[in-house]
Amino acid sequence: MTNAAAFSGGYVANLGPSREGFLLPASDEEGHFFREGAREGELRVQACASCGRLRHPPRPMCPYCRSTQRTWKPMSGRGTIWSFVIPHPPLLSAYSEVAPYNVIVVELEEDPKIRFVGNLLPDSQGAINDLDPHSIQIGEPVEVAFKRYERADGSEEFLPMWVRAGR
Amino acid sequence: MCAAPTSSGLKDATAIVGIAQTKFAKHLEPSEAELACQVIVDACADAGIDPSEVGALCSYTMEATEEVEIARNIGAGDITFFSQVGYGGGAGCGVVGHAAMAVATGQAEVAVAWRSRKRGSGPRPWTSTSVQLKVPGSWTRPFGMLRPVDEIAMLTRRYMHEYGATREHLCNITTAVRAHANRNPAATMYDKPMTRDDYMSARWISEPLCLFDNCLETDGALACVVVSAERARDLPNPPVYIHAFAQGIPPQHQTMVNFFNDDPLTGPAWACAKRLWSRSDFKPEDIHVAQIYDAFSPLILLSLEGYGFCERGEAAAFTDNANLEWGKGSLPVNTSGGGMSEAYVHGFNLINEGVRQMRGTSTSQVEGAETCLVTSGEGVPTSALLLRK
Repeated sequence: MTNAAAFSGGYVANLGPSREGFLLPASDEEGHFFREGAREGELRVQACASCGRLRHPPRPMCPYCRSTQRTWKPMSGRGTIWSFVIPHPPLLSAYSEVAPYNVIVVELEEDPKIRFVGNLLPDSQGAINDLDPHSIQIGEPVEVAFKRYERADGSEEFLPMWVRAGR
Repeated sequence: MCAAPTSSGLKDATAIVGIAQTKFAKHLEPSEAELACQVIVDACADAGIDPSEVGALCSYTMEATEEVEIARNIGAGDITFFSQVGYGGGAGCGVVGHAAMAVATGQAEVAVAWRSRKRGSGPRPWTSTSVQLKVPGSWTRPFGMLRPVDEIAMLTRRYMHEYGATREHLCNITTAVRAHANRNPAATMYDKPMTRDDYMSARWISEPLCLFDNCLETDGALACVVVSAERARDLPNPPVYIHAFAQGIPPQHQTMVNFFNDDPLTGPAWACAKRLWSRSDFKPEDIHVAQIYDAFSPLILLSLEGYGFCERGEAAAFTDNANLEWGKGSLPVNTSGGGMSEAYVHGFNLINEGVRQMRGTSTSQVEGAETCLVTSGEGVPTSALLLRK
C-alpha cells in the first residue's frame, strides 16, 4: 500500500449485509491486507515496517515510532478468550432471530495486547448461536476459523471467527 | 470587564447562575429545536439575565439545532463564541467547560450550554446500519456487538473476572439511584420503587447486564447559564462556582470499544481525572456528593476508580453498605436518579443536579455539601466538572 492511499482519508464503503442480514465489514483501504488474508485462511495483523511493532485495528501511522511505512505479519491464529457477552433482543432482526448468541474478545498468543472481536463457533461454518454461551470461560484457548458470508449480489466476505483449540 | 486569565486559570473564575429543564417523558410533543429554545430562555430567567445578553453558545455535536437557529429564536444579540463537543454522552461537562473558558477568557460575558434530545420517541442510534458501519465498527458490529450495551457488557464481564465483582454490586448501584429518583418528583421513575428482587429477576439485555443496568430513553432538554464569578455575585441565585474542568482521551482509546489498548479497564476517566485534580484545590476525599455518568451501571464502577474514590478493583466493594445512597453512605451518587432513573439526556441532568446540590435545593440534599463532582460518559472521550459553593 502506498502512503498516498493511506492519507486519502481511508476509503470506506458499506457494500451491504449478508443474505441472512448480518452486517459485513465496510471495505476500507487500510484493512485490505486483512481481508485478503481472511480469504486465504490467514490471520494477519498490521505491523510497522520501521520498528516492527504490531498494531490493531489498522491505521496509517505507527504510534510508537511515527513511521507511515507499514506492512503486515501472519499470526499463528491462536489466542485466549479475554471476555464475552450474550446479547438478547432488541437487536437488528437478523441477530434477534438467532439470539441469545455469544460475542467474544480474543487476545492473540503473539501479543496479548492485540485483540479481536468475534464469535465462538463449533466449527468454521457454524452459527453464532450453536454453542451454549454459558459454557464459555474467560481464558479458554481458541483458534481462528474464517467463516464465509455472501451478499445478495454474490460477493463474498470472510470473517475471523474462533473455535475451541484442538477441535 | 473580565479579569485577565491568571496562573490559576479557570479555577473559580466562573459560576453557573441559571439552570432549567423541560419535563422528562417517553414522548414530548414539541420539536427538539423548540425544547432547546424554551429551556435556554428558562435558564436565562432563572439566572435573572435577559436572553439578548447571551454571547456564547456551547453544545454537543449530536445536537440537532444549530447555533444560528437558537440565536434567531431566543433573540440573542451578537454571538461571539460558539463551540461543540463530540462523543455523545462524553460531551456534557465539556460543553459547560467550554462555556466557562469562553467567559473566563473574555470571549463572551454570558454563555449558555444545553442539550435537547428526543431519544424516547426518536430512533436508537445503533439501529442505523449504514451510518454506524465504518471503521472501527467493521471490527466489532458484524459479530453482533451492535449496541452500546454490548460493548460495555464486554468490559463488565472482564471487570467481574479480574476483580470478583458480581451482579449484587451492580444491584447496589441501580437500587441506590432508584431510591433517589423516588424522592424526585421530576424523575421518570419517581413513583416506581425497585427492590433487589426486581433487579435480579429483570430480563437480560446483554449478559451480564440486565434491563435495569441500562439508562432510560427520554425526551427532554436542559440548559445552564455561565457568567464570571464577579457578575455572579450580583444575581439572584447563589453562585455555583466551576472550580475545575477537564476533558480526557487516554492513549490508544477507541470510542465505546476500548478493547484495543494496553489496559482496557482504564478508560478516559483516568486521563480526565489526572488533569481535573491537578487543577483543583480538592482531592477525592473532599468531595461531598457526585453525579457520575450512568448510561450503564458498570460505568459508575469504572468512574469511581478512574476519579480516585477508591483503588483499582475496589469499586465493587465501595458500593456495599448503601455507600452511594443519600442519607446512608459516604458518597451519595446521582442524587436526582441519574440517567437510569431520572432521565437520559446525555448526562446533562447530572450537571443541573450538581448545581442544585450546591444551591441546597436537591430533593435528596446532602447536608452541608460544598463540593460536587460531575462526570460525563466513561468508555468515550469524556469530561468532568468540579463544582463548589
